[in-house]
Amino acid sequence: MPEPQAYAALAHSLVAASASDELGSAARRLNFYDPSMRSLLLKTVRKVKGRDSDDWSVTLPEIDRRWADMETWRVLKRAAQSPTADYLLAALDHRVDSTGAVVEMPREESIYLQAFLRTIGISASVTLICLLLAYPVSWLLANLPTEKSKRLMLLVIIPFWTSLLVRTTAWYVLLQPNGVVNSLLSGLGLVSQPLQLMFNRTGVLIGMTHIMLPFMILAIYSVMKGISPVYLRAAQSLGAKPLTAFVRTYIPQTLAGVGAGCFLVFVLSLGYYITPALLGGAGDEMISQLISVQTNQQLNWGLAGALSTYLVIFTGFFYFVFNRLVGIDRLRFG
Amino acid sequence: MKTHYWSRLERWSARWVRWHTALVLLFLVAPILIIMPLSFNSTSYFSYPMTGVSLRWYETVFTDGQWQRAFLNSLGIGFASTLLATVLGTLAALGLSRASFPWRGVVMPLLISPMITPIVVVAAGFYYVFAPLGLVDSYLGVILAHAVLGTPFVVITVCAALQSFDHSLTRAASGLGARPWVNFRRVTLPLIAPGVATGAVFAFATSFDEVVVVLFIGGSEQRTVPRQMWNGIRDQIDPSILAVATLLILVVLALYACTSWLSKRHSGEIPE
Repeated sequence: MPEPQAYAALAHSLVAASASDELGSAARRLNFYDPSMRSLLLKTVRKVKGRDSDDWSVTLPEIDRRWADMETWRVLKRAAQSPTADYLLAALDHRVDSTGAVVEMPREESIYLQAFLRTIGISASVTLICLLLAYPVSWLLANLPTEKSKRLMLLVIIPFWTSLLVRTTAWYVLLQPNGVVNSLLSGLGLVSQPLQLMFNRTGVLIGMTHIMLPFMILAIYSVMKGISPVYLRAAQSLGAKPLTAFVRTYIPQTLAGVGAGCFLVFVLSLGYYITPALLGGAGDEMISQLISVQTNQQLNWGLAGALSTYLVIFTGFFYFVFNRLVGIDRLRFG
Repeated sequence: MKTHYWSRLERWSARWVRWHTALVLLFLVAPILIIMPLSFNSTSYFSYPMTGVSLRWYETVFTDGQWQRAFLNSLGIGFASTLLATVLGTLAALGLSRASFPWRGVVMPLLISPMITPIVVVAAGFYYVFAPLGLVDSYLGVILAHAVLGTPFVVITVCAALQSFDHSLTRAASGLGARPWVNFRRVTLPLIAPGVATGAVFAFATSFDEVVVVLFIGGSEQRTVPRQMWNGIRDQIDPSILAVATLLILVVLALYACTSWLSKRHSGEIPE
């Protein structure tokens, strides 16, 4: 156990901290290790104030038995360390226990690893959906006569330019239980009762696909536009069946565009915030939302920083690979 | 027989591609087209058939002090941050385009990284950096942050414009005695102006559409239009939001017309 002076020093610092409004941030920091620390500090301050003691090492345990517990002092000591790896571990659902070993958090408290996996899962789904929807569209736009394709291209570019919040609002209105989509479906006799289309994964996927799809179409289109039809004809005149010719000569030439599109959509989806926040439900929180909660509501900047670090490293990895393979200069935004 | 089978497959797939494209384009445009008429609905329902036509939601928007302030804020922050981003981005692009620029392969991706970095991370970063400087909840803070987000667009468009720039022109001008500033003002700038202008439009559009940074570092004074919409959706959504959305779509169409005009004047460097 600590020396008696330590008890006295603690009692004085607590009163001083309470006077200078610093008690809150100390309590927050300690609560991070043990959720009962905040109430312990507040209770102790209340009882210590205006009281004098010859021997605080007796008085403090009288105020609360936990001051006689070695574990409480260990928490204090650990929280005093700087820098600490605690936040980086917590962001991956791990923590340091009292013996100094790194252990997994209990299952009911572990949320971040799952959130990272969910974020990757949603981003990958959006990327795949966009690719499947975009490829034929880009192909047609690249092979139509210029005037016609220019006019159709407007239908891609105008939504692309439209404010993200406007488009999310549009889906928010359309997907309501008594909104346009549901009344259309029931009007056509396809459903007997309104489908739940928002505040769940469906809403997130619809909204994000709508926002990401133009990136994919434009990325693939810009590559397809430069592909000469000569190769396809050559392959066919050499005896390849149309499907074989398409798969073996055309698709490989479009891979640069497919790669650029997939990279863009995946990486932008990883950091998505607005659409999942408005159209998603309790089970669809992406990592950006958790960072926002830690920054703005919990005021746990350490944890927010740790989560951001992982997200940036992960995003940066793809950025680096893409820059190496394709070159970031080749990215064209519009 | 075989050729007959394949040509049928080809015809079938051509038809399928057309249908697929039509449906995907409909998916992209329909939400925007559907909400515009709903902003003229006389009741606060978000469904068709509309109960009647009225301008009451537009009246709400134009007479409401909060929306007026939001529009002014959006324009002010947009113009200030665009000016900053355009000056900084153009200077950066001019430097980067010099053959002697060291570490170009490192500096360029770094300059473009705000575009790729998750916006929440950028916003949280601004919060940490700006809080001790007293820039949180201030116009200056939001303007600086938006300028950072807009700069990469200017760097990209001006770099693209400089790629087709003939450097012998500046050499000729300085050979004829033009000082660097005159050279830049009279030779370089007029030639890259469309690229600069395109970048500026992108930077403005970025700021005008931005909500996450404003949520993190803006106070109630700095509420912009997207921020006001965000509040509206979260609290009590009514068709006045659709009226604002319709107005924003018109702004976008105007901005788009701007860039197509710019790209016609100087083809080949506008991204898409």
